[in-house]
Amino acid sequence: MNCLECDASINVPHDAAVGEIVSCPECGADFEISKKSGENVELKPAESIGEDWGE
Amino acid sequence: MPKVCIVFDRLRLEEKMLQDEASKMGHDTIMLDAKITQISTESKRGDIDFGDVVMERCVSYFRGLHITACLEFIGVPVINSHDVADRCGNKMITSLLLKKAGVPTPKTYFAFSSEEAMNLINKIGYPIVIKPVIGSWGRGILPLRDKDTTEAIIEMREIEDGSHDRIYYLQEMIDRPPRDIRAITAGNQVIAAMYRKSQGDFKTNIALGGDPELCEMTKELEDLCLKASKAVGGGILGIDLMEDKKRGLVVHEVNNTVEFKGLARVAKKNIPQEMVKFALTQVRK
Repeated sequence: MNCLECDASINVPHDAAVGEIVSCPECGADFEISKKSGENVELKPAESIGEDWGE
Repeated sequence: MPKVCIVFDRLRLEEKMLQDEASKMGHDTIMLDAKITQISTESKRGDIDFGDVVMERCVSYFRGLHITACLEFIGVPVINSHDVADRCGNKMITSLLLKKAGVPTPKTYFAFSSEEAMNLINKIGYPIVIKPVIGSWGRGILPLRDKDTTEAIIEMREIEDGSHDRIYYLQEMIDRPPRDIRAITAGNQVIAAMYRKSQGDFKTNIALGGDPELCEMTKELEDLCLKASKAVGGGILGIDLMEDKKRGLVVHEVNNTVEFKGLARVAKKNIPQEMVKFALTQVRK
């Protein structure tokens, strides 16, 4: 899986689930796993931290 | 067996722990991303499978609050209820409810304009703590120790001019050890408590790197936590307390979508399991 920002390789753990966040090891961009079917994984840019985030 | 639905917007370790525990207990689970869920005034209970009880776990407070209202509209029990989420999401409402219920809580002052906030601070004196009425992870919580800093902060609030920036929440600075206590309650049970030590600064939030250490449960702590939980309407809650050197324990916050991965590292009880057990008590027969 390649980073949508810098094209570096992103390692998505095999047990990662839809909705989890993965980060690019090179540019640090965060992506959310939007679809996962077997080895096929789709990423979308993760939401940035909102003012109302937290407990 | 009742089905447990976990509504999230960012799948964190906590949501996976809840799913895992529910599955281990033999319950089917549904993981539902609030960001891709559609509900309308015409929605019916059977349109989407929300299971028999929903554990609302959105990291975005307003998203969680509003989807909870929708789920309650279609008749799904949600932990926590919209009323509880609403009360806990606003520090002013929480403080008022705690005081009204006789829960020891720091003295807190409110003003509704920048001019009156300055007048109030001049009257109360320094140091004092300013907090946004809505906000988490310690954001915007600042100790005010002098007039210059206070004026600068109030000016910044005016420039930002968010919808809640004109509500000024000012709290007495508690003389306490450099730590606070976070307890997690589920219904009438206090599951666990921990000390959160500061990293040498004013704040103690685990999200900011605070270091968790198990806090032994005492009758006083347990009673206070349950009283605070009841004051806001009950559910699965994170109760924050400080050890005031003069008055003893005081409750300063009650958190709605409680984060627990820090406490789960040191707790004797299985926190996600206790949370799921409580959620299951809310399934309608």
